[in-house]
Amino acid sequence: MSTWPQCTLAYDGTFTGFLTCVGDSFRRKEYPFYFLTPGNRQFSLYPLREIVTDPNLARQVYQDLEKEVSESFRRMMTYAFLTDLPQKERHMFDLIYLAFSRALPQDVTDQRILILDRAIHHLTHEAHQYKGFVRFADYHGVLVGQITPKNRVLPLLRPHFCQRFPNEAFLLHDKTHKEALFYAGGKWKIRPVDHLDLDKPDQAELECQALWRKFYNTIAIPSRYNPKCRQTHMPKRFWGDLTEFQSPEPA
Amino acid sequence: MTIAEKLQILTDAAKYDVACTSSGGDRRGGNLGKTIAGGCCHSFSADGRCITLLKVLLTNVCCYDCRYCVNRTSNDLPRAMFTPRELADLTIDFYRRNYIEGLFLSSAVVRSPDYTTELMIKALTILREEYGFSGYIHAKAIPGADPLLTHRLGLLADRLSVNIELPSSQSLALLAPDKKKENIFQPMAQIREEILQSKADKRKFRHTPDFAPAGQSTQMIVGASDETDYHILKLSEGMYQKYALKRVFFSAYIPVADSPLLPSPVDFQPPLLREHRLYQSDWLLRFYHFKADEILSPDQPTLNPLLDPKCNWAMNHLDQFPVEVNTADYRTLLRVPGIGVIGARKILSARRWRSLDEDSLKKLGIVMKRAQYFLTCSGHMTPALRARPENVLRALTALEAPAIQPQYEQLSLFT
Repeated sequence: MSTWPQCTLAYDGTFTGFLTCVGDSFRRKEYPFYFLTPGNRQFSLYPLREIVTDPNLARQVYQDLEKEVSESFRRMMTYAFLTDLPQKERHMFDLIYLAFSRALPQDVTDQRILILDRAIHHLTHEAHQYKGFVRFADYHGVLVGQITPKNRVLPLLRPHFCQRFPNEAFLLHDKTHKEALFYAGGKWKIRPVDHLDLDKPDQAELECQALWRKFYNTIAIPSRYNPKCRQTHMPKRFWGDLTEFQSPEPA
Repeated sequence: MTIAEKLQILTDAAKYDVACTSSGGDRRGGNLGKTIAGGCCHSFSADGRCITLLKVLLTNVCCYDCRYCVNRTSNDLPRAMFTPRELADLTIDFYRRNYIEGLFLSSAVVRSPDYTTELMIKALTILREEYGFSGYIHAKAIPGADPLLTHRLGLLADRLSVNIELPSSQSLALLAPDKKKENIFQPMAQIREEILQSKADKRKFRHTPDFAPAGQSTQMIVGASDETDYHILKLSEGMYQKYALKRVFFSAYIPVADSPLLPSPVDFQPPLLREHRLYQSDWLLRFYHFKADEILSPDQPTLNPLLDPKCNWAMNHLDQFPVEVNTADYRTLLRVPGIGVIGARKILSARRWRSLDEDSLKKLGIVMKRAQYFLTCSGHMTPALRARPENVLRALTALEAPAIQPQYEQLSLFT
């Protein structure tokens, strides 16, 4: 553990903001013990400092993560930031501190590495599940899908769906983290979107959804009925966004 | 007939096909779609099977009369047929909405194998050439079709498969009188040759078209005829070696036909546990460097329902255990129950930095409730190693309880 005085940092919740926190802490030689984000302000006994996001400092730290440590370590940090691990910033800072002091444990069974490894596994696994479980609906040529993931999977889903639908225009809304991936004509953006108000889809779309439900209900073999197995592979938290479990809207 | 009615009939007819994987391909470019090397499940049906492809028949109008098959001529059921255009449009509609990973196209034999294959080629050509579709396509080669047609099918599909249906030519003669063993193995051999040829040509000419780049697979029905597990495993092993198959699928027999030659449909339970054990053995063959003769033998031709095949092998070869985690090589580690391919690799990389103890094995995700009976850590015996073999057996069997159908029921005290 470091001898630096401990403090609490409040930042804007972005990755750039977090990298600024890291750079700032190393400049002041203070060890952030607790991180506060706009959605999570609570009282702390450690001295509180507000961090103003500084893109230049953040870029410097981002480059150092690769230059001073390694490319895979930087990717690990980038992924870790997308996980839903409580106080992930704290765990990430612990590792960055060790890495910059040339003391990064190599042993994968080390608790400090393990906790992030597990969180990242949860993230990548969830992203993989969503590659299958995303359902789009056609709104006059634009595909719209909504998901409720635990981790922030949009950046991981982005290359997959952009390569898969190169000539489509689509929008994928993450209801948990209130952000959305927009794609059209070879360009993409991820932007905060609080809420999506959708009209009723047109007749052709409703028919296609009905066809899919018909297929879904027919493909199961009754004498092999095994709801437990289905739920293991596709937990119920996904069902809300899946077309096959939605009842047809009244005409 | 509407599309919805056709979809219902032709899905109903295709649902007994087991293969529903979308792995092994690396197709990209085109206007729509790409494949993922590891495959991708899009949903799971109420029977717990994964839905990755739109699995339909082109038609269920069939000129054959196989006794076990739901589509046999003599069966009185509604018949339907997609036009190639309808099928292609439906696939694109589903694919754009991310319902599916691609198309699994099979068909009953309408008029002749050649005619059927031509229709399938027409549907796939619309998909690949008109829509520029690069999603996954799994097509069934129809036994008896002209080799040139099978060749064209393979250029359009990612994976081809030929079902051998029944595990021996006697059962085939008995239950599928119109199908011959030779007719099934002939396209299989052709596909193997063409895959090899296309790969070899690719080294010389970059633009050689891919022939079934995701390989070929097959499936057989288990429990309709009386072949032993040993026979089935030997057959699978032989086909993996001889025809370089990617997968052999097993399908527990489900009575869809009322024939005096088949198990009675009344009270018949599909042999799901047997199918499960066969799949476990299949994994041992493909990823764990086991041989069929190690798992079973002519004297012991049936898989133990109470234990998974790997535990069963370990219990019969206790002289090869315990294994020392910190020194054993990869293949030895793979043979320890509770250590899988990922676990074994993690052990190899973790022990470069420290010697492993029980606690760190748990952290690596090794299933200690199985592995504890077969391991030492730096010479230190796990407490479980002191257990007597019969107690180990009892403990391992108890772990299998969820897989085994409950045979006893808790009686209520208040009835």
